Amino acid sequence: MKNNISPFTKFRQSRIFWPLVALLLIFIFDGIYAPGFFKLGILDGHLYGNLIDVINNGAPLVLVAIGMTMVIATGGVDLSVGAVIAISAAMGAVLINPAFGNELISNDILTQNVSRTPLGLIVLANLAAGTACGLWNGFLVSRAKIQPMVATLILMVAGRGIAQLITNGQIMTIYYTPYFFFGNGYILGLPVAVYIVLAVLGLAWLLVRKTSIGLFVESVGINAESTYYSGISEKNVKLLAYTFCGFCSAIAGLILSSYVHSADANNIGLNYELDGILSVVIGGTLMAGGRFSLLASVIGALVIRTFTITMYTVGIPANALLAAKAVLVLIVILLYSEQAHKIINAVFERKGRSKDAKN
Amino acid sequence: MQKIKSFLLKNGPLLATVAIFILVYAIGAQLYPTMKKPQVFFNLFINNGSLLIISIGMTMTVIMGGIDLSVGAMIALTSVASAALLQKNADPVFVMVLMLLMGTALGFVMGCIIHYLKVEAFVVTLMGQFFARGMAYVINESSITIKNEFYNYLALTKINLPFFEKAYVYIPTLAGIVLLIFTFILLSSTRFGRTVYAIGNNEQSALLMGLPVARTKLIVYSFSGFCSALAGIVFSISLLSGYGGYGQSMEMDAIASVVIGGTALTGGTGTVLGTLFGVLINGIIVSILQFNGTLTSWWTRIGVGALTLIFIGIQSLFYVKKKD
Amino acid sequence: MSNPNDEIIRLEGICKNFPGVQALKNVDFCLRKGEIHALVGENGAGKSTLIKVMTGVERFDEGKITYDGKEIVIRSPQHAQNIGISTVYQEVNLCSNISVAENLLLGREPRKLGCIDWKAMNKRAKAIMQDLDVDIDVTQPLGSFSTAIQQIAAIARALEISSPKVLILDEPTSSLDAHESNLIFKVMRKLCSAGVGIIFITHFIKQVYEISDRITVLRNGKLVATHETASLPTIQLISEMIGHSLAEYDEMKKSEFVVNHKKALLEAKELGRKGMVEPFDLELHAGEVVGLAGLLGSGRTEVVKVLFGIDEPDNGCLIVDDQLIKKHSPFEMIMHGVALCPEDRKASGIVGDLTIRENIILAIQARLGWFKFLSKQKQYEIANKYIKMLNIATPSSDQLVKNLSGGNQQKVILARWLATDPKMLLLDEPTRGIDVGTKAEIQKLVINLATEGMGCVFISSELEEVMRTSHRVVVMREHEKVTEFAGEVSEREIMQAMAGGE
Repeated sequence: MKNNISPFTKFRQSRIFWPLVALLLIFIFDGIYAPGFFKLGILDGHLYGNLIDVINNGAPLVLVAIGMTMVIATGGVDLSVGAVIAISAAMGAVLINPAFGNELISNDILTQNVSRTPLGLIVLANLAAGTACGLWNGFLVSRAKIQPMVATLILMVAGRGIAQLITNGQIMTIYYTPYFFFGNGYILGLPVAVYIVLAVLGLAWLLVRKTSIGLFVESVGINAESTYYSGISEKNVKLLAYTFCGFCSAIAGLILSSYVHSADANNIGLNYELDGILSVVIGGTLMAGGRFSLLASVIGALVIRTFTITMYTVGIPANALLAAKAVLVLIVILLYSEQAHKIINAVFERKGRSKDAKN
Repeated sequence: MQKIKSFLLKNGPLLATVAIFILVYAIGAQLYPTMKKPQVFFNLFINNGSLLIISIGMTMTVIMGGIDLSVGAMIALTSVASAALLQKNADPVFVMVLMLLMGTALGFVMGCIIHYLKVEAFVVTLMGQFFARGMAYVINESSITIKNEFYNYLALTKINLPFFEKAYVYIPTLAGIVLLIFTFILLSSTRFGRTVYAIGNNEQSALLMGLPVARTKLIVYSFSGFCSALAGIVFSISLLSGYGGYGQSMEMDAIASVVIGGTALTGGTGTVLGTLFGVLINGIIVSILQFNGTLTSWWTRIGVGALTLIFIGIQSLFYVKKKD
Repeated sequence: MSNPNDEIIRLEGICKNFPGVQALKNVDFCLRKGEIHALVGENGAGKSTLIKVMTGVERFDEGKITYDGKEIVIRSPQHAQNIGISTVYQEVNLCSNISVAENLLLGREPRKLGCIDWKAMNKRAKAIMQDLDVDIDVTQPLGSFSTAIQQIAAIARALEISSPKVLILDEPTSSLDAHESNLIFKVMRKLCSAGVGIIFITHFIKQVYEISDRITVLRNGKLVATHETASLPTIQLISEMIGHSLAEYDEMKKSEFVVNHKKALLEAKELGRKGMVEPFDLELHAGEVVGLAGLLGSGRTEVVKVLFGIDEPDNGCLIVDDQLIKKHSPFEMIMHGVALCPEDRKASGIVGDLTIRENIILAIQARLGWFKFLSKQKQYEIANKYIKMLNIATPSSDQLVKNLSGGNQQKVILARWLATDPKMLLLDEPTRGIDVGTKAEIQKLVINLATEGMGCVFISSELEEVMRTSHRVVVMREHEKVTEFAGEVSEREIMQAMAGGE
């Protein structure tokens, strides 16, 4: 019994099965109702089409999902990802033309295609700002022992205030073209964002599967006390998870601001916490923490992106989508509950048995 | 001496809140002499009417060990829905009743999902938040002005207060006060109220004690939904319009007020009286920033966040002391 | 005291199957009016299933229940309570934040104008507690009283809410000391003289003899026998419970231990922490087993917690292997070759949703740090080695730990620590709540480890066990190290030290 598990059963029990099924269902829907969805073309030497949009537009969400997975696996949650995106974006936009002291920056300077800070430094500042936010969340959760939901809620609200503080309350438009590379550039016909995502995913995968961090994160999520008794600093594991999530959100902020050519403290990265949690939940990680799969969360993010773009293609307004997505999250959470699993497994087993009987 | 000590320990967070309110108000009055007028104090109630109402609902939810993140969005949804209905010449009283029913129903549904399907409260109510905000925009993308006589009457009629010269409040302001007194009695001296505290301490135990846990939880979330609908009505009366963008991050202000008022986010302790002072502190900070004029609105967001953090710190300090 | 014809409840031929296990096989049980009936058996004997059947938590498959002369079906816990069968569990199921009075009466409180009539309520609560000979301020929150008082409050609530004829007490004394247990016993005697039938479940054989009128022994889901307590010798009771003789214990020999004059492996000087344990001195040599005897709550757990750095000491110093410990944390202690099997296996031992393999390598991985990750192959190697060595019953090392029995979980935790190759092993109640066979295995293991040169600290509630395994016995009382016995010592002497009597 134990030894002859068919490859299909193995696949069905793996974590990426259900997210892939969801993705497939949406694709089938597209195939029927939006035939143009799968069309790929080549324009100016790079690919374009809805599928490319999914991965290009979806890049920030995939990044957030990767970070969120780590945090949720420790049994926490990060509601501040959207605010961190805003801070990171604001940082980038401001540093292109920083105003020191009482120096007045005229509109003339602002709209020029130049930067007064080297691009490398801007990127570093972006990442540093976001990572610092993550570190702060991690500090509140692991050292000050504040519930994750509350700790990150504080930054969720205050963070957008900080972003406005950085941009001085204005929507900063970016005119510096090299900055657009991250969100709009292409390498070998594929969007730059894809390469960034792959790099971060690779880094995360290395951290999780080639070091003991993955095991420690799961262990903390399942039983923090036992983990501490085993000599693992559960505080540092949590700190790392939140910091990493901040880092991922920061990159997402960089890509997003580069993509839309601006930093709007109030609206950039809006509702990313919803989509982030949704991705992780679709990926099968429990909100209570424990076992997780990065790949499943990434597919979860792609499911959401595809779903969103499909809905736009079909012509459903963005705000109705917000309400619909909220309902979707709840349904997915319910589907992953143990009760639902029992029912599904029972159905599959019965089918298998009747097949055996026929043979 | 022992009695004073135990009284202080028992009511420490609440006393700290009251003291801070007085202190902040005194500092404000020193800086801006206009604040010495009684009306400025009553303006706190007028300006924070809807915040007070959602905070009362939030207090009950938090004492029970839950949370309701949907309150801000519910205000938006209520305001838009009622404005849209009034635009179609619906009867204002009917609209109000309908809104209250809708709020209660949404709260009830969230309560059901939280209790029967065992999904964490913050996940469900976060989804509720997105759902309500989405629906508000679905009803109307932009702001709708309310041109209804009854609403106008409610919005503009001043009630002069006794004892204070030229001091007044508006009719909707009273809603919060009435609700506060009602909830205070409900929580402190009815079976329902004490059950809320019991559940906040240990839901499993409350269940084994034979207390009606399911019913109580559903009522509390419904009550919170009711409060946010009521707050939405008060909000739309004071601005005489409805818009999907109203009440943005007001859930955070409500949570902040609750925490500043001495209610522990872990559940089981707290009073609505404390929440009142939490709301007043929140309001006085905004007033001072307004009097100052040069400080901008995002500072309030940062300030409220920081204050919440400080009070969570004070609370944990008190609980450590209590344990010793 | 009780009349054989006065039966309240009778269970006949009860069978209960769970998938894969028959939890109860044809069990008979009866309870008389005004008797205290002890229900005993090792873990997995079927005690809790029997209680669940009686309280309507589980339906039985076969058999019948006669209650008050009529055959009935108990539908739910609520139903059981309504007809007069109440249960008080080991963990106090009351709310610590509200007052004692509210805890007693909430749900049927006196009311005035729809509000609670506080005066009447407090008065009634006070009277109820006084009835049970407990005089306290009932307006104070329940959490401000000791566990024993809370336990009594729980009993009082059960009495008040349903005035039961059958009261089931599920290990009410397991976390109480002797004095506190006596408080509970007083209440129990009072109740049974008022005609309530009490079913008393406990692990403590001594308490069974102290309080019960009759004893029913279960083993492997089957009824062994029901006896009058007065006519049942202890040795027979124990052999009925465990089913095989104590031969396994007899062949066990303490390892020879000669104090060589080398320095101690571990040396605590005036080590202590306010509110947990008074400053104590302790030495642990290679090849030595030091037993820590003391009642629950005497500070024995706190001693090992402070030693292992779970709680940082605020007094004295700790020297391990000639090195002064500066930073106290589990990680630091692991690096110095110390290991701790904690008392609460579920809460601070196992990581339930991880596999056996992952649980076993957890501590060694902690020692290696974040970046030296053991390869899968190496992980399996280590896991399989210890599964074999400790005889862990499992088909593969990829099973989730939460699916193992208590004894096997304990072995997994032991394996986790042995894998780190420690020089000193601190064991806090390693044999609690596991079957007798595994108990003996673990004791043998400790002795063998000591023979191979490891220093062990062994804590157990069972004095016998401590004496059998230890070369030296340290006695704790009221968070203080009272005395230390080396060499031959009688059980009586140790008990006297534990109790504090002259």
